[in-house]
Amino acid sequence: MADKIERRNRPALSLHVPEPDARPGDEPDFSRIQIPAAGSVPRPDVTAQPAETHPLCFTMVRVLDDEANAVGPWDPRLDPDTLRRMLRDMMMVRAFDDRMYRAQRQGKTSFYMKSTGEEAVAVGAAHALDREDMCFPTYRQPGLLVVRDYPLVDMMCQIYSNRGDKLQGRQLPIMYSDRAHGFFTISGNLATQLPQAVGWAMASAIKGDSRIAATWVGEGSSAEGDFHSAMTFSGVYRAPVILNLVNNQWAISSFAGIAGGELTTFAARAVGYGIAGLRVDGNDPLAVYAATLWAADRARSNLGPTLIEHFTYRKEGHSTSDDPAAYRPQGAGEKWPLGDPIQRLKRHLINLGEWSDEQHESLQTQLSTEVRAAQREAEKQGVLVASTIDFPHDVRTMFEDVYAEMPWHLKEQQAQMAAELETKRK
Amino acid sequence: MTAMNMIEALNSAHDVMMARDDNVVVMGEDVGFFGGVFRVTAGLQDKYGRSRVFDAPISENGIIGVAIGMATYGLRPVAEIQFADYIYPGFDQVVSEAARIRYRTAGEWYVPLTIRSPYGGGIFGGQTHSQSPEALFAHVAGITTVIPSNPYDAKGLLISAIESDDPVVFFEPKRIYNGPFDGFFDRPVTPWSKDPRAEVPEGYYTVPIGKAAIAREGQALTVLAYGTMVHVAIATAEANGIDAEVIDLRTIVPVDIETIEQSVRKTGRCVVVHEATRTAGFGAELSALVQERCFYHLEAPVQRAAGWDTPYPHSLEWAYFPGPIRLGTAFKKALED
Ligand SMILES: Cc1ncc(C[n+]2csc(CCOP(=O)(O)OP(=O)(O)O)c2C)c(N)n1
Repeated sequence: MADKIERRNRPALSLHVPEPDARPGDEPDFSRIQIPAAGSVPRPDVTAQPAETHPLCFTMVRVLDDEANAVGPWDPRLDPDTLRRMLRDMMMVRAFDDRMYRAQRQGKTSFYMKSTGEEAVAVGAAHALDREDMCFPTYRQPGLLVVRDYPLVDMMCQIYSNRGDKLQGRQLPIMYSDRAHGFFTISGNLATQLPQAVGWAMASAIKGDSRIAATWVGEGSSAEGDFHSAMTFSGVYRAPVILNLVNNQWAISSFAGIAGGELTTFAARAVGYGIAGLRVDGNDPLAVYAATLWAADRARSNLGPTLIEHFTYRKEGHSTSDDPAAYRPQGAGEKWPLGDPIQRLKRHLINLGEWSDEQHESLQTQLSTEVRAAQREAEKQGVLVASTIDFPHDVRTMFEDVYAEMPWHLKEQQAQMAAELETKRK
Repeated sequence: MTAMNMIEALNSAHDVMMARDDNVVVMGEDVGFFGGVFRVTAGLQDKYGRSRVFDAPISENGIIGVAIGMATYGLRPVAEIQFADYIYPGFDQVVSEAARIRYRTAGEWYVPLTIRSPYGGGIFGGQTHSQSPEALFAHVAGITTVIPSNPYDAKGLLISAIESDDPVVFFEPKRIYNGPFDGFFDRPVTPWSKDPRAEVPEGYYTVPIGKAAIAREGQALTVLAYGTMVHVAIATAEANGIDAEVIDLRTIVPVDIETIEQSVRKTGRCVVVHEATRTAGFGAELSALVQERCFYHLEAPVQRAAGWDTPYPHSLEWAYFPGPIRLGTAFKKALED
């Protein structure tokens, strides 16, 4: 059907398809990443016009310098107890991830995703938010639950889809939900949580409430239309919401360039929507904390949304279903120029004279013991067994919660299912 | 002939068509360097270059909209949606655009687009890696919906889809990518290499769109199925010693009404099966067609065996899945009096 046109003497067009700097077999190459010195970025007043923040979208808020000292106007000046608790929370996320990843490999559940290397993004934010603020996360922010002291056993029971799973085995592992901890149900469909968070924040404003909302999205998923809707609505209504865009450089096998990050930053999207924007070193828990607090104060003062790009690196596979060695250089995570968030905060605390290698070591052991104990407890309620009809949940529960009231056809199907199970048991 | 699994057969269809027609381009999430999360497009970028096989941003709306634009230029895009569960952000582009461009321009423009997507459950993928949304597409005038059940058909049908001048939604039953699955989840899976339907010619051939196949001949009752359920239906017939005629529809719209009528007239009994939720599923359409056209040949009401009207649960996967017991119950009911 291609139109027949007379070809004038014009150059032939060609399609540009972005390619990452390194592929398997190459040396990891991060030379294109520009890292401003810690402390070099100004901190606008919380009441600044959005436009005043826009230059910040092209640099990077960093607090911890190469020696792990806190410097510059964004230093949140946290007390040592808070710093130790942040360190502990990041270490807990990592210990938990390692244990549950192993459990998946042992066949105890169907699926798992780690947040290794990007623990600071959720942990730093959760410390800066109020406990009552509402979070609309992706699957890579279990740190929010850890900071808010959600029981590890409950997380594990969800992962195992076992008898103790409050979601009754309905959701894929790690798709947690807990209203009491301000943690919105995670959807498998990417980016849907963004406009929902904006709507929750608008509701809070409509009702004259004082709580704000925060949401997270991967740089890959920020290509979805939902991102655009969230930016537009939050800007129009100045919704009290923090839009966190976690740029961990990779979606599954596609790099940030495929999501639109080749020639600009993701934070820069704030410019076009006229909302405040910040770009932070996502492996610097103090920078994440400071940026979140800034955005939260702003939202609480009715000054509207902030888009925060957290610049980080997905150190391991996307999930238990992929091997990153198939699409990026092996060991790239070790070479990430912004380092490891846990190591950086550890060094910082040691610099302050508030921590030591021995304390770190013993905390590590203590967390690992805690996680193992939780695992033993959770496994008492069973693990996922894929080929059995000894289901962990009463099959009748499958028909509940489709509607508030069960309609006749579901009642009929429920009875059929019970009969089917009887036949299967015979 | 080579033994291929579904993935290899689909890959081969792409390869054959890209070699024959340089208007064929492939795009989708992770389809380029990585070759797709299920490996269906493996090796194609290497062979045909980045401007014909490329990764798309994570935007199903964008993927389908852009593919429509390419198709109106004259290309034959093959767009992969990583899981059928993620097609909804692109639904408007399918329903309001791809499906109607020929009609609203009286044929001035048309959309030779293939949208491929793995669908169905049986892999413990939870609510968002297990859905069967075919009825939503069957309901849209202007969309052709194809669902293969074995490697030979998968390749031949995909080639026909790419050659079609109209938009085709091509759903691939992911549970049988590597081997036929008969619904007995506690038995070991046999790979495709042990199955005659996995003998696939290496070169070009087509399997026609709109033509069903008789997957198992029988006299006692007609079973209408597609995708994974074809295998479950055959296994159910055999397990219960029922001489069922299992029809593999292969295309659900336009459905092969002749083959259906012939079979139902012969057997006088009919069961419709699918994995999708039951209410307003494609089975409702099939059941209505059989009733309208074969009423006086029917000796019992048409039965439906389907997924329950709930989201697809993770831990209760095998309670949700319409396996041999649910099908067996429906078969027996259709055989009463
Ligand atoms: C609507 C939708 N499309 C596609 C997918 C499949 N998918 C799951 S995660 C993922 C990559 C997401 O990458 P990114 O947003 O960068 O987040 P990250 O995993 O790196 O944290 C894809 C494509 C999905 N879950 N939902």
